[in-house]
Amino acid sequence: MITLAINRLPVAVEEGETLLEAARFLGFPIPTLCHMDGLSPYGACRLCVVEIGEGPKARLVSSCTYPAQEGLKVRTASARVLRARKMILELLLASCPQSKIIQDLASAHRVSQQRFRQEHEDCILCGLCVRMCEQQMMAKAIGFRGRGETRSIGTPFDMKSEQCRLCGGCIYVCPACQLRCTYTEPDKAICGGCANLSPPCVEKEQFDDMMCYMNPCVACEIEKD
Amino acid sequence: MKTDEVVSIIDKHQGQGDGLISVLEEIQSKYSYLPTDALKLVAERTGRSPVDVYGVATFYKSFSLKPRGKHLCSVCLGTACHVRSGQIIAQEFERQLEVKAGETTPDHEFTLETVACLGACALGPIVVVDGHYFSKVNTAKVRSILKRARRGLDKVEIKTDRRIFPVAVSCPRCNHSLMDPAHPLDDAPSVRVTATFDGQHGWLRLSSLYGSPTLESKHDIPVDTVVDFFCPHCHAELRGASSCPECGAPMVAMIVRAGGIVQICARRGCKGHMLDLNGGGF
Repeated sequence: MITLAINRLPVAVEEGETLLEAARFLGFPIPTLCHMDGLSPYGACRLCVVEIGEGPKARLVSSCTYPAQEGLKVRTASARVLRARKMILELLLASCPQSKIIQDLASAHRVSQQRFRQEHEDCILCGLCVRMCEQQMMAKAIGFRGRGETRSIGTPFDMKSEQCRLCGGCIYVCPACQLRCTYTEPDKAICGGCANLSPPCVEKEQFDDMMCYMNPCVACEIEKD
Repeated sequence: MKTDEVVSIIDKHQGQGDGLISVLEEIQSKYSYLPTDALKLVAERTGRSPVDVYGVATFYKSFSLKPRGKHLCSVCLGTACHVRSGQIIAQEFERQLEVKAGETTPDHEFTLETVACLGACALGPIVVVDGHYFSKVNTAKVRSILKRARRGLDKVEIKTDRRIFPVAVSCPRCNHSLMDPAHPLDDAPSVRVTATFDGQHGWLRLSSLYGSPTLESKHDIPVDTVVDFFCPHCHAELRGASSCPECGAPMVAMIVRAGGIVQICARRGCKGHMLDLNGGGF
């Protein structure tokens, strides 16, 4: 067992557990976006930052990937952590303002202004769908491609993957896909993925706001049969 | 793309740990790009997921999924070249080749790309064409660089390189000249001999530029074949006294007109050669 202090409260955890798990065990809330139980930690969104160490050596680390260490002093809600978290949320909101999950997180953390240009990205590269596909669905149909600003998630060669079983797991976990089939009129947002047999999106000539790389989407596949 | 070629490349790297990048590099050097079918084959034969192979192939800039041109033109846009107007040179290349950076000309002659740094900042702006560095490039030089690349940069230039000079040779036995001015190689009269290997018999022309590996022959000689050379006049074998310092194969000896003996390695592909202008050691 490893003993460490989170917000001055001592806690003993098993070796190999992360700071996030230790903090959650004590009941300290740490917001996460790219973390999901059952999937390996990835540390992409940086929302789960905590401050470790003391004095001038104190630094911010992502708690979902940082393993618990003997005698570590962790602060989950110091002024520095809150400031960093707010900035991360503001940036996430700027890149994907249409995401319900990010909107909710931003409002919960009192992010009330947006100083950055809204990009309306389809993807925040959190990697949830990639890990879902690989680790839970055992398919490995999608993955990261390219790098830098051209990095994207999708199937190899942008062709329908032979490994893909159209399970929809990737859409289920995606924090940016929430409004996938709502188009621009919220009252017509009735396409519930697989459940809907007459999705409104098929009538639209160009479905600009479609945020899912699965093409054709699962809902439309069902409609065709 | 030939399946068996790719398969043999993959099998060569099997059991050497994670040799994915080496495999892709070798496929790329063979075809100048990574064909889709080759990537699928790599995934299939190494037991990897296609998305992993595709991810690696798209991550590194040196891998290309599109066919590349015969000549690769890299314009440096690193910090040092950038402040010396590397951008303008890149634009000039784009204008003259009529393609954007990262594209290939429709005739598959040139692929233009921009790179972040080539590590020769003091010589900037740098342009590298087919492995040849051009330093302190300005827009006026662009046309001549492209012209030289079209002509072939690996071709030996006698006038500009003082280490390269033509030699006139003759048979050590009958002293007949072996020079063939009617068939120039490397813009100099060629050396004509008779070559025999594996029961094949025919003419062979060598470049008379000392050190140049250019040659033509009646039959295609596979690499690593040791060839017997004969004088086309007296049919004596042109065998030297020593063996090649590089590979140990027998050497071929010829008399240099200016005095002395030149010896070249008889193995195809071996660049072993020596020049003895005092005429000793033979």
